[in-house]
Amino acid sequence: MSNNPPTPTPKHFVAPLEETPLVAIDAVNVGERKSNLWIDAWRDMRRRPMFWISAAIILLVVVVALFPNLFSQIDPRECVLSNSNGAPTGAHLLGFNKQGCDVFSRIIHGTSTSLSVGIIVVILTTVLGILFGAFAGFYGGWLDSILSRAGDIFFSIPYILAAVVIMSVFSAYRNVFVIALAIGIFAWPSTARVLRAEILRVKNADFVMASRALGVSNFKILLRHVLPNSIAPVIVVTTISLGAAIVAEATLSFLGVGLPNTTMSWGNDISAAQTDLRTAPQTLIYPSIALSVTVLAFIMMGEVVRDALDPKARAQR
Amino acid sequence: MAGYIFRRLLQALPVLVGTTFLIYFMVFAMPGDPLLALFGDKTPNPAVLERLREQYHLDQPFIVQYFLYLGGIFRGDFGTSFSGEPVTEILARTFPVTIRLALMALFIEFVLGVLIGLISGLRKGKLFDASALVISLILISLPIFVIAFVAQFIFGIQLGWARTTVSAGAPIQDLILPAFVLASITFAQIVRLTRSSVIETQSLDFVRTAYGKGLSRRRIIPVHILRNSLIPVVTYAATDFGVLLVGATVTEGIFNVPGVGRTLYQAIIRGEGPTVVSFVTVMVLIYLVVNLVVDLLYGLLDPRIRYVK
Repeated sequence: MSNNPPTPTPKHFVAPLEETPLVAIDAVNVGERKSNLWIDAWRDMRRRPMFWISAAIILLVVVVALFPNLFSQIDPRECVLSNSNGAPTGAHLLGFNKQGCDVFSRIIHGTSTSLSVGIIVVILTTVLGILFGAFAGFYGGWLDSILSRAGDIFFSIPYILAAVVIMSVFSAYRNVFVIALAIGIFAWPSTARVLRAEILRVKNADFVMASRALGVSNFKILLRHVLPNSIAPVIVVTTISLGAAIVAEATLSFLGVGLPNTTMSWGNDISAAQTDLRTAPQTLIYPSIALSVTVLAFIMMGEVVRDALDPKARAQR
Repeated sequence: MAGYIFRRLLQALPVLVGTTFLIYFMVFAMPGDPLLALFGDKTPNPAVLERLREQYHLDQPFIVQYFLYLGGIFRGDFGTSFSGEPVTEILARTFPVTIRLALMALFIEFVLGVLIGLISGLRKGKLFDASALVISLILISLPIFVIAFVAQFIFGIQLGWARTTVSAGAPIQDLILPAFVLASITFAQIVRLTRSSVIETQSLDFVRTAYGKGLSRRRIIPVHILRNSLIPVVTYAATDFGVLLVGATVTEGIFNVPGVGRTLYQAIIRGEGPTVVSFVTVMVLIYLVVNLVVDLLYGLLDPRIRYVK
């Protein structure tokens, strides 16, 4: 052992540092801001006036729905028939409807009805849409066939027509929950379709393959990796369908199969005012404006979010 | 092609059975007496109830009821309306009017929608484009009955250009205003779709080639850009036919157009449940058939679709 020659010191094939200073080829800028889909989207959205306008309207609608008494001290149920279809006065900004109730106060107090129908419908369509869409898209095969066909069947009945039938059957139980259920139960397939398409795209991504290689269970992959990465278009559809649900409620109330007349809602007010279009257009126009502006805010918000999340849509601006 | 048609028809069958079953289930599988529920707070004549019980085979178990009902539909038997007139006879009387209104609306929305969408797409970001986008967003948010009332108020009452209600026989000139109202719901979507489709097509290689060959814009825009941009627009028009059906119900009701929609509208307003169910079923069937026909036409127009499983 002792007579072994000492290991020769390895020759330097690399020039000493002081002769050729190392040049960074891939400079990593540590100070650069973090970036992902959501941060990018937020950066894009906050530059757009449309985002701020719709956010302000939505915020206002929510506050009005929660605290109607802040905006109108007049009791919407205190109606004096001698004021029937009366013109605006100082305290009654928008005049009176046929029953002699204050139009402005009824609009303010009807806000929560429209908004709660919209929110319940959206919760329902999102839950059902995610369940059907996620399982159909992720597991594929026979499960996909069954879930997608079921979706096709629900999709083939225009949801307002379906709601008309449901509300005709449940004419004894007309309230906010029943009407939201009647709309939501036929409106979910569009959410499911959008999510399914997105999951089909995402599930073959490298990060999914990586987690599979690490031995993560299928369900956990769906929950932790696939779903969060395919939820963006669902948010867009949900925002827009909140607006659509408010329209659907108003349409059903307008047709007389929505909420009972005792419930204050924009749809009921518009429906009641239709016969007075000639004599008192204000009773019809103002609730319609409230309805349309609210719906417009949700649809604009959906558009802004879609533009922000989808680079292709961004390029089309 | 024959294989494609067969496959498509086979796919349509479960949807047809499923939709009719769903409607039937919603109405007749509920606890309590479905007929009394359908009449709401009214108490119908016992003779009427008896006739309806017979018509819907309510003495049989539910699943037998449904198949008897489905058999009736295949034989063209949709039951009778509240006034005792067979639904098929009402359809024969009202359907031509609705078709006339729908064709006028489709013509208006396609011509105007595609034209405005094309100009918007070609002038992306300019004033015309921006205002078209804003107007289309507003139109999308307005419920159809609001549009109908506002149109009635402005053009019928204030300006006096059109009749507020359609006269008997529904002549074309009376239908112009309702047709515009009906067109307005899907018009905005067509503008937006055409616009984005035009923008996308414009950047494709074959358009660049066409410019490179020295073709004029007058030839490239209609032949190369527009024609290739229309595919998603036509698809949309088919899937959104359901919106048009609901729109027709409201529009025909408001303008008193004697069509299928008004029949449904009046049945809803009067709370005539059984008639509502019959007419909703009819409309859903129309919707299914239209979608099937459009799909088949697609297979004919675009060979790629035929071979996709």
